[in-house]
Formats: sequence, C-alpha cells, structure tokens
Amino acid sequence: MIHFENVGKRYASGREALSGVSFNLEKGDMAFITGPSGAGKSTLLKLIALIERPTRGTVLVDNQNTSRIPRRRIPYFRRRIGIIFQDHKLLADRSIFDNVALPLLISSLRHREVSRRVRAALDQVGLLEHEKFSPLSLSTGEQQRVGIARAIASRPALVIADEPTGNLDPDLSLEIMRLFERFNQVGVTLLIATHDIELIDKFNCRRLRLDQGRVVEMPKSNGL
Amino acid sequence: MSFIYRYLSLHYKNLVDALTRITEQPLGNLMTIVVIGIALALPAGLRVMVSNISTMSDSWDAAADFTIYLEMTVDETRANELARNIEQRTDVRRAILIDRAQALVEFQNYSGFGEALETLQVNPLPHALIISPTGGSTSDVSELAMALEGMEETALVQLDTAWVKRLRSILELALRVVDIVTVLLGFGVIIVIGNTIRLEINNRQDEIEVIKLVGGSNGYVRRPFLYSGFWYGFGGGIVAILTIWGVLGLVNSPARALAELYDSSYRLIGLNFMETLMLLGTGGLLGWAGAAIATARHLRDADPE
Ligand SMILES: Nc1ncnc2c1ncn2[C@@H]1O[C@H](COP(=O)(O)OP(=O)(O)O)[C@@H](O)[C@H]1O
Ligand SMILES: [Mg+2]
Repeated sequence: MIHFENVGKRYASGREALSGVSFNLEKGDMAFITGPSGAGKSTLLKLIALIERPTRGTVLVDNQNTSRIPRRRIPYFRRRIGIIFQDHKLLADRSIFDNVALPLLISSLRHREVSRRVRAALDQVGLLEHEKFSPLSLSTGEQQRVGIARAIASRPALVIADEPTGNLDPDLSLEIMRLFERFNQVGVTLLIATHDIELIDKFNCRRLRLDQGRVVEMPKSNGL
Repeated sequence: MSFIYRYLSLHYKNLVDALTRITEQPLGNLMTIVVIGIALALPAGLRVMVSNISTMSDSWDAAADFTIYLEMTVDETRANELARNIEQRTDVRRAILIDRAQALVEFQNYSGFGEALETLQVNPLPHALIISPTGGSTSDVSELAMALEGMEETALVQLDTAWVKRLRSILELALRVVDIVTVLLGFGVIIVIGNTIRLEINNRQDEIEVIKLVGGSNGYVRRPFLYSGFWYGFGGGIVAILTIWGVLGLVNSPARALAELYDSSYRLIGLNFMETLMLLGTGGLLGWAGAAIATARHLRDADPE
C-alpha cells in the first residue's frame, strides 16, 4: 500500500528531515512510526498525503507514484486517504455532524448517503448522540474521535494518523488505539505516528523507528 | 441527471451560504455594500441625467424661435402686414411684431446702455418679427428659415439653435467622461470587493486549510468566496438602483415645474427594466470578478510544487 524508496526531504530552510527512508507497508497492515520529537514522523506522513513533496526518492501509494500526481489532482488523491491530525483540525463553527460530513460533501455524495455514512462513522467512535453539538462542547479525547470519524467516513482503504493520542491520558490513548485496531480488522491499512513507546508496546504491530532521518525496523512487541 | 442535480444543489447551497454569511455581520457588510452601491450609482446616475437632457434637447431645436430683423426702410404698417401673412403659414404657430420704438425702450432698460442710447438722435433699431414655428423636423424648420430669408423686406434671420448644437456637443463630451468614470469606478468596485474577499479569506484560513486537507479542490474552496463577491456586487446594484430612484424622486417636482415654464410636459426618465437588470448584473459580475482576483491571489495553495 505504501512504498518508500530512498526518500529524502530537505525543507527550504535547509533542514534535512528525512535522508534515505525506505520501507514497505502491505495492504491491510497496521504499523507505528516512532521516534522522538523532530525525528521526521510528521514529514513522512505529509509525503504520503502530498502535503509535502520529497526532494528525492520515490513514494508509491496504492501502487501510484506520487511524484506523477500533478498539483490539480492532489485533492482527488487525498480523498482516498483518511488523515487524522494531532490537533484534530475540526471547524469550531460547524456542528459535529457537519465536520464529519465535510469530506463527503466535497466528494459530492448524495445527501442521504452522506447522512448514512456520517452516522455510521460517529457510531463507530461512540459519538452518535452528539452530532448536533459544536466540537467545542466536547473533551479533547472526544474531539479526537470526531477527527477519526471524519477520516473514516469516506471509507478510505488507507488511514494515516499523526500523533492521534498526543494530548490524551493513557486510558483514552489506549481506547483510541483499540479503535484503530478495529478498523484494521475490517481491512483498513493504517500508519500511525506516535512517540508513545509504552502505548504501542501493547500492540502486536510493526514498528518503524525514525532515527537520523532513516527508518529502522524494530522487532514486533508481543502485544501484552 | 442526478449528478447534474447534485451539482446544481451544491451551487445553490453555496449561494445561500454566502448570503447567510453576509447577513451574519450586517453592519460591516452593509457599509461595504453601500460603498459599492454609491460607486455604481454615480456613473449610472450621470448616464440617466445626460440621457434626460439629451432627450429634452431633441425637442428644443425644432421649437426654437426665429427672429427676423426687417430692413430699416420697412415701416410699421408693412411690418404688421408681414407678421399677419407669415402667421397664415401652416408651419408657423405665431408671429409677433416687435415695434422698433418698443424695442428701443426695452433695450434702454435692459442693456445697461440706456444713457448712451438717449444721446442718439435716431432709433438705430429696425422692426423685428419673432416667429414661433409649429415644430416638426429640423428640415421643416430650415425650410421655413429659407422662405423667410427670401423675403425682400428681410435684413437678417436669426435661428437661435447654436446653443442647442453646443449643448449637444457638450453632452457628447459628458457621455465620454461618464464612460471613463464608469470604467474607473468599475475598477473601484472590483478593488473594494477584492479587498473584502481578501479579509474574508484571512478570517477563514483555518477552514480553507481543513477543506484542502480533506480533499477539497481549489474550485471547491474558491466557490463560496466567488458567491460572496457576487452578493456584494448584487447588493451594491440594489443600493444603486434605490439611490437613483430616490434622487429622481427628489428632483422630480422641481424638474416638472421647470418644464412647465417652457411649456413642456417633459417627465424625467428613470431606469427602464433592461437598465435595472444591467445594473444588477454589472454589480454581480464586478463582484464575481473582484472575488476571482482575490481568490486567485490569496488562495495560493499550501500544496507542494
Ligand atoms: N515546514 C518546515 N520547514 C522547515 N523545517 C521543518 C518543517 N517541518 C518540519 N521541519 C523540521 O523537520 C524536522 C522534522 O520535523 P517533523 O517531521 O515535524 O518531526 P516529528 O513529527 O517527528 O516531530 C524538524 O527538525 C523540524 O524542525
Ligand atoms: Mg510531528
């Protein structure tokens, strides 16, 4: 599903965030990207979503070479990926329902289908009864779940998440990760960036550690 | 079918959403709309004014009076006879004799040369006839002038239309100036709306970012702003129309009084249906254009090159 080959990313500032990253993520896999703050986790995910372009190397997403996707096709490419952000990126002036509906409306789905999918997604994250409220009325953990609902509402085959538990306490974090695990069980490919080693020790998943701008494959934990 | 329906309903939703957003901040947005309205009303109002004057002046030329100065040798009896004869013509409504003695008195009273004239021994003024044509086309009138000029008692015929011609060329010039004002203020409207939209874009940067991140195309992001621009311009058009009708209402009764003085039943002409539509359309179009420029300049995507 995701294939990186000798990928480097140097920002305009001159900072080299990634230098020679190579890895492969199979369809249906779930993997964590770890590494300390500043290791390049966000950068790696941004290359997948075409929020940034690599300065060298090849990134394939779903067998598609992302360097061949012209700027005007990027929105359509992104619609196939569910993206979850550490800071949720919810719109405070729209209801929870409207936030989750946003990507579906952008894809101009018919209204009945939009409602159906939004409710299904909100149901999966356990927030169905909050659909009319503003995101501001929710706790951080709940807001994060709205962000997750928005990412999965369009039923993407690939979901990437950048520190989805960054602001949450351990219990809530575990709950979120269990949610991801459930998505994975129905076939969604997931790539999750986090610096929370203790948390991911609880899952029997691949772990890619970013170190000095390179990916080091860590042994799978046995998922205690 | 259903695709077209969804496409149209999306546009309709954007249009309504943009209007709702404008009404959410009524005061500030109303000021913008009034400014745009004034900028649209000015050239449109000038145009209305010029077209009123030129319509009015069309009837002036044919209605202008002649003055015939008779030869000094013509006496009062003959002059009276001439006046009566001329009045018989079908193309003449009225012929009045201005007696030379009477003319001298009037001239002394009004010209300011009173004392100088008193020292003259003889009256230097001839008898004169003032001829009011029945009207009709300009060629009818000049035919009449030729006939009058042909009389042997005639010394000079004066048709006072030179000022009408002058007025015409002034109006031509005025129309050119109005054209220039129209273009300049059109740019002004585009700039005002462009700037308003720029501020809106700044205020909604977060929303734009999120929409792009979840796969919104540039067109999708741009569309609400284009509709906002349209509404600002359209609202300005409505303000302009109201302004023009308001001003016409204010000047209507003095204008009618003036027309009556000139024996005319002239009524001011406002905007007709087409002109009203054009003003609204122009407003909307300029708004759209201003928004298109603003979005093109300020929605430079966060997308990678
Ligand atoms: N837009 C940017 N411009 C310049 N440098 C950046 C930019 N984004 C990230 N960086 C730098 O790249 C490095 C990796 O950042 P990031 O990918 O955000 O790491 P992580 O998500 O692992 O904390 C950091 O040193 C960061 O300062
Ligand atoms: Mg990061």
